[in-house]
Amino acid sequence: MADLTTNFAGIRAPNPFWLASAPPTDKAYNVVRAFEAGWGGVVWKTLGEDPPVVNVSSRYGAVSYNGVRIAGFNNIELITDRPLDLNLREIRQVKRDWPDRAVIVSLMVPCTEDAWKSILAPVEDTGCDGIELNFGCPHGMSERNMGAAVGQVPEYVEMVTAWCKQHSRMKVIVKLTPNITNILAPARAALAGGADAVSLINTVQSITGVDLDQMAPEPVVDGQGTHGGYCGPAVKPIALRMVGDIAREADLRRLPISGIGGISSWRDAAEFIALGAGSVQVCTAAMHHGFRIVDDMIDGLSNWMDSKGYRTLDDFRGRAVPNYVHWSDLNLNFKTLARIDQDLCIKCGLCHIACEDTSHQAIAALRVDGARRYEVIDAECVGCNLCAHVCPVDDCITMQPQPATLPKLVWPQHPNNPMRIPEAAE
Amino acid sequence: MTDTADIAAGRLPPAQLAANFADAHPPLSPHEAVVEASRCYFCHDAPCIEACPTGIDIPGFIRKIGTGNLRGAARRILEANVFGGSCARVCPTEILCEAACVRTAEEDRPVRIGALQRRAIDWLMEHEPTPFARAPATGKRIAVVGAGPAGLACAHRLAMHGHEVTVFEARPKPGGLNEYGIAAYKLADDFAQREVAFILSVGGITIDYGKRLGVELTLPDLRAGFAAVFLGMGLAGVRALGIAGETLGGVRDAVDFIAELRQTGDKARLPVGRRVVVIGGGNTAIDAATQARRLGAEDVTIVYRRGPGEMSATVDEQDWAQTNGVRIRHWAAPQALLGAAGQVRGVTFLRTRLDQTGRAVPSGERFALEADMVLKAVGQVFMADPLAADGSLLLATEDGRIAVDAERRTSMPGVYAGGDCVAGVDLTVAAVQDGKLAAEAIHRAVTG
Ligand SMILES: Cc1cc2nc3c(=O)[nH]c(=O)nc-3n(C[C@H](O)[C@H](O)[C@H](O)COP(=O)(O)OP(=O)(O)OC[C@H]3O[C@@H](n4cnc5c(N)ncnc54)[C@H](O)[C@@H]3O)c2cc1C
Ligand SMILES: Cc1cc2nc3c(=O)[nH]c(=O)nc-3n(C[C@H](O)[C@H](O)[C@H](O)COP(=O)(O)O)c2cc1C
Repeated sequence: MADLTTNFAGIRAPNPFWLASAPPTDKAYNVVRAFEAGWGGVVWKTLGEDPPVVNVSSRYGAVSYNGVRIAGFNNIELITDRPLDLNLREIRQVKRDWPDRAVIVSLMVPCTEDAWKSILAPVEDTGCDGIELNFGCPHGMSERNMGAAVGQVPEYVEMVTAWCKQHSRMKVIVKLTPNITNILAPARAALAGGADAVSLINTVQSITGVDLDQMAPEPVVDGQGTHGGYCGPAVKPIALRMVGDIAREADLRRLPISGIGGISSWRDAAEFIALGAGSVQVCTAAMHHGFRIVDDMIDGLSNWMDSKGYRTLDDFRGRAVPNYVHWSDLNLNFKTLARIDQDLCIKCGLCHIACEDTSHQAIAALRVDGARRYEVIDAECVGCNLCAHVCPVDDCITMQPQPATLPKLVWPQHPNNPMRIPEAAE
Repeated sequence: MTDTADIAAGRLPPAQLAANFADAHPPLSPHEAVVEASRCYFCHDAPCIEACPTGIDIPGFIRKIGTGNLRGAARRILEANVFGGSCARVCPTEILCEAACVRTAEEDRPVRIGALQRRAIDWLMEHEPTPFARAPATGKRIAVVGAGPAGLACAHRLAMHGHEVTVFEARPKPGGLNEYGIAAYKLADDFAQREVAFILSVGGITIDYGKRLGVELTLPDLRAGFAAVFLGMGLAGVRALGIAGETLGGVRDAVDFIAELRQTGDKARLPVGRRVVVIGGGNTAIDAATQARRLGAEDVTIVYRRGPGEMSATVDEQDWAQTNGVRIRHWAAPQALLGAAGQVRGVTFLRTRLDQTGRAVPSGERFALEADMVLKAVGQVFMADPLAADGSLLLATEDGRIAVDAERRTSMPGVYAGGDCVAGVDLTVAAVQDGKLAAEAIHRAVTG
């Protein structure tokens, strides 16, 4: 039985599954239910200064895909709308009742040293395991020069992080916004400011859809809408890439990463961990299905680790990082070809029409004694994988790496590259 | 045997009867339809299209359902099959489109094409009761005999092309077997009439009821008065068993029994036997037996002279009958109908087996079934008399039905035919395709 215990930047938890700062962690009632269900930790819904913010009614938008609900999710909510003192009292009680779970408090106050300083002491007093600086909220708060307005300026990130380290002894996790061109800049700023870890991603600026009757962006508030923060399964690829970008940088390698964005299953979590994450945070999947999803997350991850012979999370953490390279490091002499298993083929023709219309005309549509048959034309196949992706049948079209006939060749050395670096031997 | 035959009406409470003859397969909800539509792979060169006798662009219309374009979906269906609404309900999809669906090969669970087709057509009929736009009038007048699926499909296509169509129909109502033959729970809520009204909304079609070819009119009359004639008369005759006792009370043709059932609004008024024996192996036998059960018959047995594999009723239909509590006995041929006081009381059967040539022959063994009612479902036949003059047929026939070529032309110039009265499978969808092909041929001929 695999050991899922986690030590993330010194913060301990029985498993790596934390609830991200959001409505599921807005108050003790929810958090206690989450701990009862088995979650390893929570990042409390972001606290701010009193008086609390005011939220609108009609708050969430979602993207359904072919009738499947919540492929993507967005919200125009702000930070907690409950009084600071009430939150602090609940946090203290919860941590006291659940000492083995990670309890992190998310914070967002105006960008002045005084504001940060004055909130840190009462938070530290709760006995929480650390704080997460919400530099990511892409709407509502950034207009008040908080959230993403800070996260998008590396100098501010460093400055605020430094204040927090200076005015408290708490672990500081800096939550990064993805609404930025290069994630490395704020990550380096956090490190420079003394951050113990980073967490990412916060939500992506988005409009989930336009209500074509009301002619307004969704969610519609009294006939109008605004951009919100996108999350859920649709953002996982964006999050993975940003986590990987940080994990593979030599100077950032020691910075713990809490992976967030579209994590719905143990497999998603395993992918984040393989790309370097030390813990993972979940919001949308819990909002969609309730806290009970953690059962399979724990169970599934543990079973998978057993099947792979991984005893602890550190056994596979970051294992995919060395293989996440720049395009220019990829072998241009590698060749893979599509193979159709004729016994599994159901004759839908999707591989043919996709290749014929949009790719390399490498799949022939034949009729053999009247029966449909689809065949790969090896000479035309570039190994793009499109057919394998469109084929609805598992393992019917597989990509088969061809035996290497030439040594590895990368773009910097390729003859077609005008800026080619001559090989050392020459 | 008891003393008197037990045939009675109102065997079940009215609410039970109403439920028994309501929609057997209720429609998909809007969400179910979107989810089901997403199961369609949108195949290239889709096998389902090839398997549909009317060649509906099935992946095309399903994709439109998925995107919420129900209007486009329904119109795509109607372009190929104006009876898309009834075909969605009555087609044996399990041997047509859904058999060919690649998901059948993949996981034995086809996309529910029929149910999706119904979703699209129902939506259009509710939101846009008159969606058809005719081409400018051509001034050509065409005669159609029979207001069944074949005749009306032909009439509709001709009207769309701008021709004026007169339909001569022997019965007082349109729809053919959609109105008089198909099982009640397949076309619930008067769907046959609602669909005919929808089809006729195109304009340019007049139906002349109570006009029977061979009685009120003749083929030469029609030939002389119209630019072209389409015959869609269906099968007017039924086969007899040819055994003793066929005239006993309680012995009926299954199609007549069903027609009466279809035309009786209050099912509590319909008499049905306590024990019913149905003889035959096709869908008519299934429908008669199942509906007898649903009327409240206690014990219903279908007896077929060969095995389950030889039944022309599909496996799904056989399952349906059995789920409804109908017993199916194979390998037995009726020998005599037994009666008392002029009423049927039982049937004796001879067990059969296959001989070397593959024919079912009696084996000599005999058994008897008690019956208060016997329904004969051993096949319908084409009656050629309306096409005869001075004792000889005006048209060539083939296997006892009107002979036609690929364009549905008969041997008489200007006369076309389709549906059950020509050779081929006897299905609503096939009748529609015949009518459509004939209309296109007629259009080419009269405008060419
Ligand atoms: C009991 C039963 C159940 C069936 N169930 C199904 C099913 O579930 N699914 C399916 O696909 N198919 C089913 N069928 C078959 C299907 O109903 C027929 O294939 C289809 O109706 C044929 O259409 P048609 O227009 O050729 O003939 P019909 O529907 O028979 O229409 C012929 C029309 O012509 C009229 N007519 C006949 N003679 C004359 C004349 N001399 N002059 C003027 N008018 C005339 C008739 O009154 C009728 O209106 C069933 C058939 C039966 C008998
Ligand atoms: C309704 C809602 C409210 C959120 N509020 C906060 C918040 O107050 N503070 C914060 O740091 N992130 C907030 N988030 C972002 C989540 O913590 C998380 O970063 C994001 O949703 C991506 O994870 P997911 O794909 O699992 O949902 C919120 C997200 C949602 C959906």
